[in-house]
Amino acid sequence: MNKMKYRRYKDKAFLYLMFLITIIAITPLASIIFELVAKGFNQLNISFFTEVAPTTLDSMLAKSTGNPVKGGIANGIVGTLQIVGIASLMAIPLGVFVGIYLAENSNKKFSTLVSFSTDLLAGIPSIVYGIIAYAWIVIKITDGYSGFAGSVALSIMMLPLVIRSTEESIKMIPASLKEASLALGTSYRKTILRVILPSAMSGLFTGILLSISRVIGETAPLILTALGSQVINLDITKPTSAIPLLIWEFYNDPYLINMIWSSSLFLMLLVLIFNISAKQISKRWAIQ
Amino acid sequence: MKDRLFKISLIATCALVLLIMGGIIYTLAKGALPTFEEYGLGFITSSDWNPNPNNEHYGALPFIAGTLITSTLALLLCIPLSFPIAIFTGYYFKGTKVASIISDIVDMLAGVPSIVYGLWGFYTLRPIIVDLGLSQQGFGIFTASIILTIMIIPYATSLSSEFIKMVPNDLKEAAFAMGSTKLEVIQKVIFPSASSGIIASYILAMGRALGETMAVTMLIGNVNLIPTSLFSSGNTMASVIANQFGEADGIKLSSLIAIGLLLFFITVVINTIGRLIMKKLKV
Repeated sequence: MNKMKYRRYKDKAFLYLMFLITIIAITPLASIIFELVAKGFNQLNISFFTEVAPTTLDSMLAKSTGNPVKGGIANGIVGTLQIVGIASLMAIPLGVFVGIYLAENSNKKFSTLVSFSTDLLAGIPSIVYGIIAYAWIVIKITDGYSGFAGSVALSIMMLPLVIRSTEESIKMIPASLKEASLALGTSYRKTILRVILPSAMSGLFTGILLSISRVIGETAPLILTALGSQVINLDITKPTSAIPLLIWEFYNDPYLINMIWSSSLFLMLLVLIFNISAKQISKRWAIQ
Repeated sequence: MKDRLFKISLIATCALVLLIMGGIIYTLAKGALPTFEEYGLGFITSSDWNPNPNNEHYGALPFIAGTLITSTLALLLCIPLSFPIAIFTGYYFKGTKVASIISDIVDMLAGVPSIVYGLWGFYTLRPIIVDLGLSQQGFGIFTASIILTIMIIPYATSLSSEFIKMVPNDLKEAAFAMGSTKLEVIQKVIFPSASSGIIASYILAMGRALGETMAVTMLIGNVNLIPTSLFSSGNTMASVIANQFGEADGIKLSSLIAIGLLLFFITVVINTIGRLIMKKLKV
């Protein structure tokens, strides 16, 4: 009987230990969010969104005269929208097409090869994509650091996620739907584009939003490609700023260091918005 | 006609993916070639990284060591921290609201940008390390490994929780019918049948740690020497590229690309091992 009691206690103790460790593992997240909100929330105001980042000189002058440092991250916001937007324009159509092919021809040798490459692409560190975009775009095409090079690096990063989510969501659609459409004499192209893709839309959207949320906070590949810019720059062949790049600049500049918190808070919110809407879509419109 | 065009364009996009993959390997290899011509395999085994023009020499060993040490430490620290979460979501609270809340929170950890982890590490974690008297400045291998651990926890948990969920119910019920406690079910049923899946998840999580750049760059101390202790400063392959790529040219640029190539190979090997273990399980 005592043995039984001992086993029960041991069982309970293990559960509590697991619970304790889970709390410990989650603590850093709470601490990060707390720190971002506590230090960054007060700095979020209109000028944060409308003005470009201050230069070191401006900030030095403001500090020496005792005025508050003016400025925002408008150049970063516009740059991020531009770089990530163009990356999406390249990655989404390409990824969706590849996903369709993989879902439709899952047992061909060619598909296995493409599928294997997709897995490889998903595992490559982001900094390596930075080197690649540097070699392909910065040196060969735009002849200097450019927002477009950043877009290329991010779009290759997005590709595997878009491919996999398209493939998975198309595979979940019952074959009868496709067969019914083909039996009505609809062409293969129309069956895929008008019947299969719309029914797979929720999974597709989830994948796309998740892939955007994954690359929007990327800093390393952009340091090697987009470099950064003091002004709002709409020319994709010129150096462009981005929110993570600005955070990196602020971090390295003692005069601008107090702007890191608001920028990080804003970046974190952006990532969260994409992340949460992806989850909501997949929950609400899940394929039955 | 349109149908054929459509099918051809599908195949063409797939070919483009292969082309990108091939292009990446080609570009890295071509960029790294001058370095390997100059130093041969000595590039990998030499620990001398000296950009001084009079005595220029590049060796990658300090960075390879830094990457492998930090990732391995992160992996080891990640196991005890992520297993409880996986067991909660995959077993104790399987399919309940509690499980979905826990996994949502853990997913949020995966969403935090690397640079924000770096800032948190610099302003919150580093002072703690200093206060504990572990190192003077708080930078170094240990600090970087802790940040990496936190960063890879979500990958390790979400995957290993899937494998824990996959353990058949009749096995667990049979064990309960024999009078097992939950802990005994974990030890004697879940562990044996899900262990290789759990191991594969940890290997894939380590693959993530290998390439992490920003957070590590901000915390490791950026010293181009082989780390001598847990708390000494170092540098990883990814962080040396991020730090020195901008001003590099000539043989230095080639050496940095060569480090990129080596990093690529290491991650491919680690990820392929993880994937192979997982593939075996699915059959």
